[in-house]
Amino acid sequence: MKDTPLSNCERDFLLKAIEEKKRLDGRQTYDYRKIKITFGTDYGCCFVDLGKTRVMAQVSCELVAPKENRPNEGVMFFNIELSPMASPAFEQGRQSELSVKLNRQLERCFRNSKCIDTESLCVVSGEKVWQIRVDVHMLNHDGNLMDAASVAAITALCHFRRPDVGIQGDEVTVYSPEERDPIPLSVYHMPISVSFSFFQQGTYLLVDPCEREERVMDGLLMIAMNKHREICSIQSSGGIMLLKEQVMRCSKIASVKVSEITALISKALENDKKARKEGGKFGFAESMPQERITALKKDETSVEMSDVSEKADEIIQKAEVPHQTVPSPVVPVAGVGQIGEDLQHTWGLDDEDDDEEEEHKEDSDEEQDEKNMDVEHEKEIRGCVVEISDSEEEEVIILQAEKPGKTPIKTGSDSHQKGAAAASRKRPNK
Amino acid sequence: MAGLELLSDQGYRLDGRKASELRKVQARMGVFAQADGSAYLEQGNTKALAVVYGPHEIRGSRSRALHDRAVINCQYSMATFSTAERKRRPHGDRKSTEMSLHLKQTFEAAVMTQLFPRSQIDIYVKILQSDGGNYSVCVNAATLAVIDAGIPMRDYVCACTVGFVDETPLADLCYAEESGRVSSLALALLPRGGQIALLQMDARLHQDHLETLIEAAMTACKGVSKVLDEVVRQHLQEASVLTGE
Repeated sequence: MKDTPLSNCERDFLLKAIEEKKRLDGRQTYDYRKIKITFGTDYGCCFVDLGKTRVMAQVSCELVAPKENRPNEGVMFFNIELSPMASPAFEQGRQSELSVKLNRQLERCFRNSKCIDTESLCVVSGEKVWQIRVDVHMLNHDGNLMDAASVAAITALCHFRRPDVGIQGDEVTVYSPEERDPIPLSVYHMPISVSFSFFQQGTYLLVDPCEREERVMDGLLMIAMNKHREICSIQSSGGIMLLKEQVMRCSKIASVKVSEITALISKALENDKKARKEGGKFGFAESMPQERITALKKDETSVEMSDVSEKADEIIQKAEVPHQTVPSPVVPVAGVGQIGEDLQHTWGLDDEDDDEEEEHKEDSDEEQDEKNMDVEHEKEIRGCVVEISDSEEEEVIILQAEKPGKTPIKTGSDSHQKGAAAASRKRPNK
Repeated sequence: MAGLELLSDQGYRLDGRKASELRKVQARMGVFAQADGSAYLEQGNTKALAVVYGPHEIRGSRSRALHDRAVINCQYSMATFSTAERKRRPHGDRKSTEMSLHLKQTFEAAVMTQLFPRSQIDIYVKILQSDGGNYSVCVNAATLAVIDAGIPMRDYVCACTVGFVDETPLADLCYAEESGRVSSLALALLPRGGQIALLQMDARLHQDHLETLIEAAMTACKGVSKVLDEVVRQHLQEASVLTGE
């Protein structure tokens, strides 16, 4: 299924907002959305929330034969899975352009920058090495998948522990975690990708675009860096033309963002380590009661609530009493209602939206109604505003002529209510 | 990777070039009769063929058509005999799909696609021999082919790969340099406005060096553009002599 295209109105609105340096979610141009890192029960399982974008990474390992040209290096394998679960735009099975782009970018970002010591993954040179597989699954797509994926992948790699192996002669034994403590990977540095989106041929720049913004952007620049301010990969995409100054500016912003995110990741890892040491609840078990598993849990927004009642009183005292207006419904013809005061609306109201069970009963009444559309009734109606409280159609407020002698009229105290701009029709109760 | 010294003390590279020296570029335009535009380009030992069809009606699914500009369709392939180890698949793997994507993106930026709404331009590039800088050679060859097809472009798109060794930027890397532990940067430039149509970098490089590297790449691209311009002018001259004008 192809994604629903964005309407012109929405597109123009977004672009206009960006021109005025405003964003849909109230962020500043260089702000990131809130990043949340959580871990699963197993080592090497990590969830990353970037605003509403949600990504899961799982690292696994197995013993394989090494590549011929690199006999004493372990193998790293990265895979990004765009499941149709995350967005209607993702199709099952096919390798889409986006998937190739993301996969290659992640691969280049991690493999070419040599962030993992692959030589330490060698067990028997030329025969057995560890293959480390990083599977990144997109759970919810709300823009900036690459950044979320890179954070998830590197956090999962840092979190992962591989089983220890022992070699006796030709025999390789893999010890279970009970026998020997599993070993963490040696991570040299943590490359983190930062995305910049460009609008109006590069005039406007936003960090961390959300899904809506990604749809209207002209191009994207992804810069992966580590906290030592080393650039691990740069990739521009989309048909935009950049200037050198823009690239330099982006790289400066990226270095700031990367150091923030790195600090966050180390903190998350540390917290998890502590939780595991204490033997408390962690990972999945911990996340259950907090409802962290659900993709879109509503976050509580912190609102100042301390002096609400005083403030409310103050407002009430200061506020002027709204001047009394007694709207008088204008009824040009019987069976015609009007809402508001300035314009004349002339749509007819009939009983189409009535409850079905009443439908057949009403049919005969309706015919009668039409016959009774006489001017002589008009006067009568103007005075009597009728409200039915216990009728089945409380929501339906219809103004209509009533038939003399057919139903009892409930008039009285509620007939001159304030704000009864539209009078409700008296219906025969079954 | 000890042993290989990419830049000698005297300032010469493996193949005897200076740091900022490009490989020899030789090119011909209009090599095929059937295609709307074609070109053959050699940059050192890397050789590429580029063919352009279009702008023509959208082929295949009509839903791909864009109402305000032309669709650019690129296919990058490497001949099975182009590398030292015979390639199993000429195209279709992740790397070449990515390369096709990058080419498409580069030409979307450079070709004035808004002049041909609801149409399609096909660019097919084939690497005949690979010796480093595949992307840039493809871009350069494709530029000539697009010019040969008479499709208006904003400017020449020139591409070049640049490496960084011993605090010195090396222009136009060959395979031996590329496969060594060099951080390389590929850049496609529209030389007149200094606009970057594509920027891609692998491997680690300190942020402070980025500017010098981009600067070197831009200079190299401008050098390439001069050569391409010469080729185009010569081709035009030959063509006008043949038509007797």
